[in-house]
Amino acid sequence: MPNIVVLVKQVPDTYSERKLNESDHTLDRESADAVLDEINERAVEEALKIKEASEGEVTVLCVGPDRATDAIRKALSMGADKAIHVSDESLHGSDMVATAKVIAAAIGRVEGVDLVIAGNEASDGRGGAVPAMLAELLGMPQLTHARQVTVDGSTVQVDRETEEGLTHLEAGLPAVISVTEKINEPRYPSFKGIMAAKKKPVETLTVADLGVDAGEVGLANAWSTVLEAAPKPPRTAGQRVDDEGDGGTKIAEYLVGQKLI
Amino acid sequence: MAEVLVLVDQVDGEVKKVTLELLTAARALGEPSAVVVGAPGTAAKVKETLAAYGAQKVYVAESDDAAGYLVTPKVDALATVAGTASPAAVLVAATAEGKEVSGRLAVRLGSGVLVDAVGVNADGSVDQSIFGGAFSVKARAAKGAPVISVRPGSVDAERAEGAAAEETVELPAADPAKSARITGVEPAVGGDRPELTEATVVVSGGRGVGSAEKFEVVEKLADSLGAAVGASRAAVDSGYYPAQFQVGQTGKTVSPQLYIALGISGAIQHRAGMQTSKTIVAVNKDPEAPIFEIADFGVVGDLFDVAPQLTDEVAKRKG
Repeated sequence: MPNIVVLVKQVPDTYSERKLNESDHTLDRESADAVLDEINERAVEEALKIKEASEGEVTVLCVGPDRATDAIRKALSMGADKAIHVSDESLHGSDMVATAKVIAAAIGRVEGVDLVIAGNEASDGRGGAVPAMLAELLGMPQLTHARQVTVDGSTVQVDRETEEGLTHLEAGLPAVISVTEKINEPRYPSFKGIMAAKKKPVETLTVADLGVDAGEVGLANAWSTVLEAAPKPPRTAGQRVDDEGDGGTKIAEYLVGQKLI
Repeated sequence: MAEVLVLVDQVDGEVKKVTLELLTAARALGEPSAVVVGAPGTAAKVKETLAAYGAQKVYVAESDDAAGYLVTPKVDALATVAGTASPAAVLVAATAEGKEVSGRLAVRLGSGVLVDAVGVNADGSVDQSIFGGAFSVKARAAKGAPVISVRPGSVDAERAEGAAAEETVELPAADPAKSARITGVEPAVGGDRPELTEATVVVSGGRGVGSAEKFEVVEKLADSLGAAVGASRAAVDSGYYPAQFQVGQTGKTVSPQLYIALGISGAIQHRAGMQTSKTIVAVNKDPEAPIFEIADFGVVGDLFDVAPQLTDEVAKRKG
């Protein structure tokens, strides 16, 4: 009966224009449409599959501003049982280390956690390290970048897929898992699911509720600082020619001119 | 001069190119010290290469556990060395594993972590390229020695003499309650082609290639250039090419010296993974394809005419 916590994050839609605030270099949340990160839907799907195979409970955990409620509701409408939403203005500008500490503290409030499931990398920051940092903070084994997960009693096996190839992993529970794009196809919320989600409990917590030191979160206390940020001048189109039977030769000549061949 | 720790990325004793790039980048900050974590006998195989790229010291953390558990032995080794060497910075490759090592190490050391740097500056700050290359960012660690992951291909590796003085690091035994055991590995089979994220040249095919069989035209051009083969999401979703070669927002981010896009329209999704390439060449039938907006050299035409001709031209020049 695994007790599962799934991490979800609201991100700017990759199809809209993503920007940083000019004043403090944090994410400009107003400029882009906010969506539940696609990889998190797969994390929720995997949690639901494990739950359906052996009962258990799925808690959605989200750290983010108030409007992240939409992302939480989507996960609940897919079939998760309840949610914890850590929302606190003091979190604005927190870096990966601070974020990991807050998430770890929130996971600590869920009794008897067997599995923590996250996406392998968010589409906005692309840090790809928070699940590993959680494993470090929680003292759990990390089975990350999973394209297949098998839970068998008190052990978990994962096929990890990275640029290096496949690595087969095994560890005892509790453990931290992150999933890749290839793990599954997430279900669409049913109408019934959407209606039911409205009644599911969402516990809203602040940094103080979690017992995290306020001096460890927020922009001013971050372990890393952005000094400058600027939109890159867009790449401009260079030469373009129509193929008149010599297109390949022309590319070769260009490459020779650039000393690339 | 302060030491700069570089985590060595190696497979069966063969040093990855990115490690040589890290050793080069480390010299901007101090004296490079290579940290080798692996099965007994690994350091002996890689030492010579590390010396040729300026490693003054080689810390050797070898044990059966080091190769038998995921990520944690590398974090243990780096944390142990950092405890005695007080390094100016720690550099790792911005690969899936490298990013995880850097995150855990930063937590353990109480250091700032800087992800996916495309440049490392003498003052310890880094340059980053975010949102698929749309924004340039300069950042630094506010606490502790920075733990930096550096994007493969973003620094040119340069040779330098290094003493490569060996020092043994005692690794703590792995704790199976806190680490995942590796029960098997199946290395990615890329044949003789370079790895996508490590390659100097990448040739990618898109929907315009039309079928899995016809991807051969992409592969042939790639092989003539000693390049890696990539594919757009459309090509992968259509089953033309395996997903491990996908370039883009949901695939790999590459920044080679030369990127050749064949039959790729250039959706934002794809551009996010390749627009930091130094030079971009595009071939597409559609003169309106957005890929031409970012291409340094574009040919409007049929890739099945243009690519084989280019393959022949490259072969001719090689003699």
